[in-house]
Amino acid sequence: MNLLTVENLTVTLATGSGDAQAVRNLSFNVGHGEILGVAGESGSGKTMTALSMLGLLPYKGKASGSIKFDGREILTSSKREYRDLRGKEIAMIFQDPMTSLHPMLTVEVQLTEHLRHHRKVSKDAARNSALELLATVKIPEPAAALRAHPSQFSGGMRQRIAIAMALACEPKLLIADEPTTALDVTVQAGILKLLHQLRKERNLSVMVITHDLGVLSSLTDRIMIMYAGSEVESGLTTDLLRNPRHPYTKGLIAALPGNSASNSKNLLSIDGMPPELGNFPTGCAFHTRCNYAKESCKGAIPEVTNLNSTHRIFCPINPFSEVTSAGSQS
Amino acid sequence: MKPVSGERKTRKRPLSGTGFTPFIIRRLLTSILLVFGVTFISFSITQLVPGDPVAANLGQSAYSDPEIVAAFEKEFGLDQPVPVQYYRYITNLLQGDLGVSLSSKRPVAEDLKEYFPATLEIALVAVFLALIVGLLLGIISAVTRDRWPDQIIRVFSLTGVSMPAFWTALTAFYIFFFVLGWAPGTGRLEPGGEPPPTVTGLFTIDALIKGDFQTFRQAFSYLLLPAIVLAIYAVGVLTRFTRASMLEILGNDYVRAARAKGLPEFTVIRRHVLRPALLSIITVAGVAFASLLAGSVLVENVFSWPGLGQYAYRAAVGLDLPGIMGVSMIVATVYITMNLLVDILYRIIDPQMKDSA
Ligand SMILES: Nc1ncnc2c1ncn2[C@@H]1O[C@H](COP(=O)(O)OP(=O)(O)OP(=O)(O)O)[C@@H](O)[C@H]1O
Ligand code: SF4
Ligand SMILES: [Mg+2]
Repeated sequence: MNLLTVENLTVTLATGSGDAQAVRNLSFNVGHGEILGVAGESGSGKTMTALSMLGLLPYKGKASGSIKFDGREILTSSKREYRDLRGKEIAMIFQDPMTSLHPMLTVEVQLTEHLRHHRKVSKDAARNSALELLATVKIPEPAAALRAHPSQFSGGMRQRIAIAMALACEPKLLIADEPTTALDVTVQAGILKLLHQLRKERNLSVMVITHDLGVLSSLTDRIMIMYAGSEVESGLTTDLLRNPRHPYTKGLIAALPGNSASNSKNLLSIDGMPPELGNFPTGCAFHTRCNYAKESCKGAIPEVTNLNSTHRIFCPINPFSEVTSAGSQS
Repeated sequence: MKPVSGERKTRKRPLSGTGFTPFIIRRLLTSILLVFGVTFISFSITQLVPGDPVAANLGQSAYSDPEIVAAFEKEFGLDQPVPVQYYRYITNLLQGDLGVSLSSKRPVAEDLKEYFPATLEIALVAVFLALIVGLLLGIISAVTRDRWPDQIIRVFSLTGVSMPAFWTALTAFYIFFFVLGWAPGTGRLEPGGEPPPTVTGLFTIDALIKGDFQTFRQAFSYLLLPAIVLAIYAVGVLTRFTRASMLEILGNDYVRAARAKGLPEFTVIRRHVLRPALLSIITVAGVAFASLLAGSVLVENVFSWPGLGQYAYRAAVGLDLPGIMGVSMIVATVYITMNLLVDILYRIIDPQMKDSA
């Protein structure tokens, strides 16, 4: 059984011009020890999907559908049940390490406060765990780092501290929202290696959100591509990157210069702009930018097409169905 | 990792370090300079204001007698050129001599020693009340954002900041004295009441020092209503500001990160929200205290409270230059001390902060 099973997740946010759905009917799952990548342009609802898992949507945001974690429905949890889940079972690393660490609290406080709360351990025991965690994420001089404030560290080091924070209570699921953006390439590689290693050592399940093809190809087992709050395609990383079948995914990948797996250019290079929240086009939301769009695409919301047991697309037109995987990229 | 600021440097040149003590010494020196700046400005202003202090202080017939006028001018040094008057004022000031009041004919320092503690006493109680109530209401308001406790508190705090002080004072006096009879009346003690021996000039404290609980209770009951009235405006300001800065901090990524750790909401608020919010709240509290001194002029008049506000009013009407200067000195010193306190509190709350003084 999967660790996380999400069904028909819809997230409604309050905007200046009324309520709008930032995530629409999203279904996906993450297996034990699996790394799922979630990709899509800015505003496609990746962060809102992640926040739904923790019940931490922005003010006046609402989620509906079903989220099963470890066999238990959690979307209907009380505040208290959510608190017992957060940090302890599901931990999250936020998009920006420069703003997600508290500027006035020492690293020690931030690394140990939830450990002490959830596990009821003593201050000394918590400090020892914190030292181990800092060593795990390869922070030099852990003892000195404990006494320091976040401002004394570089972006890459802060991201490592954020990862250590997330790991403190040994969660089963780690959600990493853009863990490598804003970091330079060598630092990125270090963080990716670290996540890989953690998965292997702790059988940790990871949901990693990213714009970055390099991260997707080298880190993830499976990928889900999102557009305007919905899934457009998902499949095993190798299948999806070599043989993208949805026009959107295809466009994203084809637009990459060189197209090699080590390339770390952003996925964002398709003509036109992604639609804004509250203004998602009808039918297949991608029809305003799609070269293969037919009249029917504007009407009905696309049904799923299963290409094999793991690979599926949400495009009934399926324009590349005859093309084999080899030589389909130009 | 950047090294933490060097202590060695601090030892060599005590005033340039970033440590706590050099910081305080430097801030104290600038504060003293500021006080002198204030004496110069207020002296200049009193010279520029039209009006003849001699005419204001001598009766009609005395003013028409040149001999009396000359004697008056000589006695108070008004016959000297202005720079000489200022020079004399400053040199005397350094010896604790603030000159002789034109209206009370007593040394200004003596007057201030009598009037200032009265104001300080209600102001301190008012600030204490305002801080506790304002912070508490502001926090409740932010945490229950848009729900009923927040709605109610917002109405109250808006009322608090929009009511003119003299109107609140009169209404409160009318209701609690005439209608309900809860307030004891005007002044600092009941008529004929014996003030405790002066140590600080604050009747409540002095009574406690002497161990006279009866006088303490009496003095406290007399000061409570004016102090509450004085606090109302500051409560309104602090409540609104606390709410606003809490909401701003609540929107930060690091608060969401704290919640994502599963900490109890109380811990999130206390540890992650309140501390950064306090930084800006403290600044406003300093300003609120200053505005409270201004409000004391009106409140003291309504409650016949023999404080600095009443003294300032009389000095201003009587064009009593030494009196006005004395009051300005006190008010400026209070302002500057408040600023100093705010800066020090800043450093205590956020020790990483580099001061820019
Ligand atoms: N607090 C909020 N209130 C209302 N709308 C919001 C709020 N936060 C985000 N949104 C909107 O919700 C939509 C989805 O946002 P989300 O952060 O999930 O996108 P994302 O895929 O993570 O994008 P990015 O790659 O830029 O992080 C966006 O249109 C965004 O503007
Ligand atoms: S459903 Fe139509 S518009 Fe949408 S991706 Fe397929 S072809 Fe393009
Ligand atoms: Mg995001």
